[in-house]
Amino acid sequence: MALIFDVIFYILIFLSVFVQVFFLVTFLENRKKIIIRNGKITLKHYPAVTITVPCWNEEKTVYKTVRSLLALNYPKDKLKIILVDDGSTDGTNNAISKFTGYSNIQIFHKENGGKYTALNLGLEKMETDFFGCLDADSFADPESLVRIMSYFEKDPSIMAVAPSVTVCNFKTTIQNAQKAEYHMGVYFKKMLGFLGAINVTPGPLTIFRKKVFDDLGPYRHGHNTEDMEIAYRMQKNHYKIEHCNDAFVYTNTPSSIKKLYKQRLRWIYGFINNTLDYRSVLFRKKYGNFSVFTLPVGVISIFSVSFFFSRIIYNASDFIGSKILAFDTLGWSSMFQMPRLDLFFFNVRSFSFIIILIYFLVIFAMLFGRKMAEGKWAFSLSMFYFFPVFAFCSPFWLAKAVYNTILKRRPNWR
Amino acid sequence: MIDWKKYLIVLLITICLFLTAGYVSNYFAGKKIGQLKSIQDNIAINILSSETQFSLLQESSCKNVSASVLSSELDELGRKLEWSQKNSLGSTDEVAYLKKYYSLLQIKDYLLMKKISVSCKVKSAFILYFYTTAENCSECKRESLVLSTLREKYPELRVYSFDYSTDLSAVKALLQIYKIKDTELPALVLDDELLTGFHSIEELELSVKESFKLQEVKPE
Repeated sequence: MALIFDVIFYILIFLSVFVQVFFLVTFLENRKKIIIRNGKITLKHYPAVTITVPCWNEEKTVYKTVRSLLALNYPKDKLKIILVDDGSTDGTNNAISKFTGYSNIQIFHKENGGKYTALNLGLEKMETDFFGCLDADSFADPESLVRIMSYFEKDPSIMAVAPSVTVCNFKTTIQNAQKAEYHMGVYFKKMLGFLGAINVTPGPLTIFRKKVFDDLGPYRHGHNTEDMEIAYRMQKNHYKIEHCNDAFVYTNTPSSIKKLYKQRLRWIYGFINNTLDYRSVLFRKKYGNFSVFTLPVGVISIFSVSFFFSRIIYNASDFIGSKILAFDTLGWSSMFQMPRLDLFFFNVRSFSFIIILIYFLVIFAMLFGRKMAEGKWAFSLSMFYFFPVFAFCSPFWLAKAVYNTILKRRPNWR
Repeated sequence: MIDWKKYLIVLLITICLFLTAGYVSNYFAGKKIGQLKSIQDNIAINILSSETQFSLLQESSCKNVSASVLSSELDELGRKLEWSQKNSLGSTDEVAYLKKYYSLLQIKDYLLMKKISVSCKVKSAFILYFYTTAENCSECKRESLVLSTLREKYPELRVYSFDYSTDLSAVKALLQIYKIKDTELPALVLDDELLTGFHSIEELELSVKESFKLQEVKPE
């Protein structure tokens, strides 16, 4: 039995290293292509863009979100904004009614039907060749849209461009941990962009060509992750998705463990179920790296996280067990015995070195992601929050997502 | 569309990283085994030297002979060997061989120290402790904790611990002498008296003190 566990352990570690090295090699291959623009840029043509803001009980942030759109460095007559109140029950209506006088803003109210229905209303009302969404909890950087549009201008085969999403508020430990994670996400997304294997076109400001929806149809429910489903559908139909690393969108992240848990449960559930829905694309070389790299990596990471976590739990309970035994035998005196520091007891089995290596590669991903997002090479405290927070929380939402999938239970949005 | 060459290169890099990690691991494991061997050799020399010295001088120079090997040295070696076995350091044979050697050294030290204590009238107490690693024996773990605490408290107390499953004739002889069965582990031998099962620190402390007292009475 112990042997089987050791074999699984080593296989998962091997795969984890493979994935990290794969990203690193992709980085080294393409590092010269990563351009970070600082100043303003101009385009030859400014095509008209419609941006839909679906809102469901977002009274606190939606005003600022729309303001950030109005502040975009993009000709006002080329930017159409559609605000869709998806049956909010709070003050969202009041917040968005402040924009009634604006010529380029249209406001719609509808019964609550889910984010994808709000987006589809936006699609119905759209009259432009480009369409985008901006979640009502996110804020666009003034230069973001023009930078994204420059990708479309450069390459007509590009069908969608995703921005770099980073965190705008980081008061709590949980938010700090996410900041590091989002930085890492910028790096991985850029690498997936090079591989043509992006699997999410995030709600905050991904811009699509109208053709995508004309050819492939509108948004679908997609297990509450419509921004993942549309990306899967595009990959299946060989529509190119790019990542514009210097277009920044700032998003509000969950502030507590409970909120984070709900959000991640929805994401992971979406990943599992969209992957099941699109299982026919798995390991088919005609679907490219998306099919042989992105999706298998997602599946492997679910297994690895669960397995490594159960190992940590096993070791921890072993340790606690021995402490209880010592307490039971010798009483309080056993609690104050300091273990003698002796290098002899440092574990030198090969996986110790491999795990150190994986940590280094992950930290590199965070550092470079931060370099792309904030323009500086620097460690931050949030990187140290990341490991404990995600190591101890992610197994729970993973397990719950798998459990829900098996029982066909859909998690709520919030 | 898919760059298979890249997948192959990444696979090769990953294999190289694993081989390097394996090599580094082996290197350090070798160093540790070497460290264990040198501690053991050191102890062996000390025991042999004390033995020889004792034979040469007989009772004329008790001062120089007594306790040439510290109880803590043997204890530390024992702990390191246990850890090595648990964490599969080096090859199983290698650690098993070291463990056998260690058991033998303990027996030699026991015999020598007993002789010295009688001839030189050194206050001392001896515990032979038998445990098992073959099965999950929580009583054994508790007893080990009790014994290490006692050993720290009474430097004159020498505890010798033996793994029941050690494949060594000298250990088997000990098991035979004290009629120790594998169903009654942990087992302790204190002043030639066999105690089986778990014994608390208070209980053993009393017996150890008793043993010291007997020795104080003896000279009369």
